[in-house]
Amino acid sequence: MTELPRKTDKKLGLVIDLDICVGCHACVVNCKEWNTGGYGAALSDQNPYGDDPSGTWLNRIHTYEAGEGADTRVVHFPKSCLHCDDAPCVTVCPTGASYKRADDGIVLVDESMCIGCGLCAWACPYGAREMDLAEGVMKKCTLCVDRIYNEAFEEVDRVPACVRTCPANARHFGDLADPTSDVSQMVAARGGIDLMPEQGTKPVNKYLPPRKGTPIGEALPAAHRPGGEDDLSATGFLGWVDDMLSRFG
Amino acid sequence: MTAHSVPLHGAPGDTVKTTTCYMCACRCGIKVHLLNGQVRYIEGNRDHPVNRGVLCAKGSAGIMQHYSPARLSAPMLRTGPRGSGAFKEITWDEAFDIAASWLKPVRETDPKKLAFFTGRDQSQSLTSYWAQQFGTPNYAAHGGFCSVNMATAGIYTLGGAFWEFGAPDWERTKLFMIFGVAEDHDSNPIKLGLSRLKERNVRIISVNPIRTGYSAIADDWIGIRPGTDGLFVLALIHELFRTRKIDLDYLIRYTNAPWLVIDDPGAADHGLFARDEEGVPLVVNRATGKPTPHTADGVKPALTGTVALADGRTAAPAFEAMAKLYLDPKFAPEAAAEETGIEAGTIRAIAAELARVAFEEEIVIDQPWTDMKGERHDKMIGRPVSMHGMRGISAHSNGFQTCRAIHVLQVLLGSVEVPGGFRFKPPYPKPWTAHPKPSGGAHDVHPGEALHGPHLGYPGGPEDLLVEDDGSPCRIDKAFSWEAPLAAHGLMHMVIANAHAGDPYPLDVLFLYMANMAWNSSMNTEGVTKMLEDKDEATGEYRIPKIIYSDAYASEMVAYADLILPDTTYLERHDCISLLDRPICEPDAAADAIRHPVVEPDRDVRGFQSALIQLGGKLGLPGFVGEDGLPKYADYADYMVNHERKPGVGPLAGWRGEDGTAEGRGAPNADQLDRYIENGGFWIKHIPDEALFYKHANKAYQDFAVSLGFYDTPQPVIFELYSEVQQKFVLAAMGHGDRQPPEHLRERIGQTFAPLPIWYPPFEGEAIDPNDYPLHALTQRPMAMYHSWGSQNAWLRQIHGSNPLYVPGAICNEHGLQDGDWVYLTSHHGRIKVPVKRMEGVNASTVWTWNAIGKRSGAWALDKDAPETTKGFLLNHLIHELLPEKGDGLRWANSDPITGQAAWFDLRVRIEKAPAEDGVSRPHFSTADVPTRHARPETLRFGQDFEPVDGGPA
Repeated sequence: MTELPRKTDKKLGLVIDLDICVGCHACVVNCKEWNTGGYGAALSDQNPYGDDPSGTWLNRIHTYEAGEGADTRVVHFPKSCLHCDDAPCVTVCPTGASYKRADDGIVLVDESMCIGCGLCAWACPYGAREMDLAEGVMKKCTLCVDRIYNEAFEEVDRVPACVRTCPANARHFGDLADPTSDVSQMVAARGGIDLMPEQGTKPVNKYLPPRKGTPIGEALPAAHRPGGEDDLSATGFLGWVDDMLSRFG
Repeated sequence: MTAHSVPLHGAPGDTVKTTTCYMCACRCGIKVHLLNGQVRYIEGNRDHPVNRGVLCAKGSAGIMQHYSPARLSAPMLRTGPRGSGAFKEITWDEAFDIAASWLKPVRETDPKKLAFFTGRDQSQSLTSYWAQQFGTPNYAAHGGFCSVNMATAGIYTLGGAFWEFGAPDWERTKLFMIFGVAEDHDSNPIKLGLSRLKERNVRIISVNPIRTGYSAIADDWIGIRPGTDGLFVLALIHELFRTRKIDLDYLIRYTNAPWLVIDDPGAADHGLFARDEEGVPLVVNRATGKPTPHTADGVKPALTGTVALADGRTAAPAFEAMAKLYLDPKFAPEAAAEETGIEAGTIRAIAAELARVAFEEEIVIDQPWTDMKGERHDKMIGRPVSMHGMRGISAHSNGFQTCRAIHVLQVLLGSVEVPGGFRFKPPYPKPWTAHPKPSGGAHDVHPGEALHGPHLGYPGGPEDLLVEDDGSPCRIDKAFSWEAPLAAHGLMHMVIANAHAGDPYPLDVLFLYMANMAWNSSMNTEGVTKMLEDKDEATGEYRIPKIIYSDAYASEMVAYADLILPDTTYLERHDCISLLDRPICEPDAAADAIRHPVVEPDRDVRGFQSALIQLGGKLGLPGFVGEDGLPKYADYADYMVNHERKPGVGPLAGWRGEDGTAEGRGAPNADQLDRYIENGGFWIKHIPDEALFYKHANKAYQDFAVSLGFYDTPQPVIFELYSEVQQKFVLAAMGHGDRQPPEHLRERIGQTFAPLPIWYPPFEGEAIDPNDYPLHALTQRPMAMYHSWGSQNAWLRQIHGSNPLYVPGAICNEHGLQDGDWVYLTSHHGRIKVPVKRMEGVNASTVWTWNAIGKRSGAWALDKDAPETTKGFLLNHLIHELLPEKGDGLRWANSDPITGQAAWFDLRVRIEKAPAEDGVSRPHFSTADVPTRHARPETLRFGQDFEPVDGGPA
């Protein structure tokens, strides 16, 4: 049993815009690429060229259809650790390897203490943790803790790899405890939501729901609604052309 | 609490190098972080004009491509039968000796017996130049089976087309309509652009039978029936005419709408433009009512009215013909609704919204500019509607006309090359008349000599076709013949079938680069592999006697070649992304780029371009040897710097001149590549503000273009709503002119060529009984894969390791199908057995799957039971390179009759539930193991052994 901090000074996290995510997997692969050579053990791949390839990933995209018939939408749903305020993966950890940092709220695994028991993955309602089969330790999103404070990086690059690479600008990083931050304001403006709030995990990451647009036929101001039968004769049309051209002088 | 130690600082590697990505065709800028000589991390280059720092899944997986076990390691000579995968390694000297011993006699006796075709080639200005110097007429890259319809229709209509030729004005557009785009095409720029539109709440309309990717986030998804986009667009045009929403001023200034068309049915020049004695097209001057050269000072062209010509005949403006054609009720939304599957009300609403945004949300930029007639304008006016289209439009037998229809729609709205509209990227626009005419005709191929000009170009009429005196094709792929008169990119998909049939003649050597013709790049894959294996019974020789192939990886095609020239990975090579070729310019800037080796090869491989240059030197090809007969260039890097296509103009535009200060034009600069490397691997030259829009008619832009060497004199473009080139073929079909189509093609040419865009149903659908094959079947490429390359990639294959057939819910219900069930999918040509997945967001009469996921067992260094092999599949087995037989004994290509574009998406099928049996897709081929030197690890722990830098986190 590992304790959670009562309160974190910051709540660093991601805001993911489902209105613009096209499901391209750029974030998924760049995350893998960065983190396999970064924090802790490599993200291993089993049977990588074989009949049943699998591997450890810290971020995955689930694509599914929601709704029925003509109202069906395809939703691309990127999912990684949500760095919950009330993280059950931390409290369940028997060794103290899983912990939430008091200063910035990032949930991390101290791999030197992890015994690979898998309880945390069982406790996480989001399926956001993955056991690395080669190393035998639990891997999870670190919010690229080795990028965001890294003084070897230019300021602009001190963001998680997934945010840095997203071609659609669907991923944003910041402090969700600060109501004036860009991410907080984005959440406020767009009605950002918690994933599975009924689980009581108080996730820090937020999702911006797809905007409900107005179908093209309904969007037109009344004055622009196509009229009834117009003169379809070429003569009538060409008369209009002549009239218009006469105004050109 | 326990103190946990987290290493936070340190660079990811010890060295950073910038180069250009090659995980697909986008050519994004990348920063490659190296650690102890190993690739540690690849990220987008923020300074690069294409991707501005972002990087897609493919680019981020570049490490796995670079270290792929499927990499070839040394030149190889086939030792077993074709297809067996049995090879021995040889030296490069041996490889060049063999290649030269095959090629030299061909060049000295009959150069057309060599066909040299390149696939996803980014060095076409070199490869085409090489083929030209060799003297064979048989050269092209892969455009014929990609999107030649889009390119050709764009060039003939606007002097440019979508993607590499232009882009939406993402920053200003207020309505965006996207048609049938493969999701890996132009991948980062489109996503960057869509995010800008979302930020500004700009409506996105996606016209696509399948609702994935970009269509999934569009405001309006128009799930059109495949192959009917042209009819949909013509219905939009009908609506613009009906509601009088047309930019007449724009048409008069920038298009040939006012040009007079001769009305003399039965005459040899009926439907051509009336011209003065100098050949200048005439318009009616509103001031005088008289025919006047359109170039005359102060002329005010009319758009209506029949006039008498000097010879007593009559003529009327092209626009009048347009009005008569498109106001016809056959193009009304009601008439298009059934065929397209789009409700008439929706078509009307889209047309109305296009018009509303174009005309009522006009953009005005306070930027004076001067047009080509010298008229000064104090503002730039924009109609902020933009469009984009790609493969889904192109890959139909009516694709050329559909592409032209889209461009005509754009022009009627006045939205081309204006603020907020569709903008050209330098060196476009460039009128078709400024492109070369195709070379390689009946009297242009001579033993031991170069062709007089490049192979690919833009014919101006039947007189420019490459046909023998009896009308038969000069080229092996029949490009620029009556079968595909405007085949500006060739017909790579027909080469093997035609060579095998000896139609129009047999080949001696087939030389391919980076084109997986024994698998996913061919229609009728199984048939093509049999053609490659087939021997002449009399001689015991293969019907295609010698095949040279270059690839970096153990693709399916390798097993079918005789001599393998192993290419490098993209991180080990020199390349130039040249303005002479497929440049990386943006609408605001001219740009080009290089690749350079950021790591050295650890195998006996050479960049293909270097090998080609060295082979050219050995063969003594003009241009590749000096006056002393010795090779002129050591390798591609040498060529990139020192080759001059014309004095002062070479492959790279940046840092030219002896002191490196010249741009576009200037003497070769020995330090040029160093300057590129210092600048992040690219060169960029911003277009002056006054030249940013109306490039087709903007004096400042034309001067800019000439200064950089795009052309030697200004080449303004007058948009061709009415295509005289098309009409010349119509006239030929009617019996006019010296050059006549063969009788069996006459009717088809007459029906499919048209001076104003038309729509006709796709050919395959007309050749089958729709009751037998009620469904359409499509493929599209996923965003995380590029053709067949991705499957060897340990990371990407975990995302797309197999491909189900996506089936509309109603069809699943009808056939009792659940996810994972198996079906037979049958076309007129074949039957496959595949697993299914239910989907709602797809046109009700369409099934689809991801492209090129299915692999042949043994290829790409994958386990023989890889899911790509056991579950994955190709639709190619259902698509024939020929149309169903008509009983006339003739071979009719499954291609667009105008350009020869492969009509992949005309495919019609039926679906039936199948037993699961062994759970393996059919057909399933025997294993063809291509040897590679690299072990296939059971566990991959990439990065595990990285040592930290400066105590950092590695």
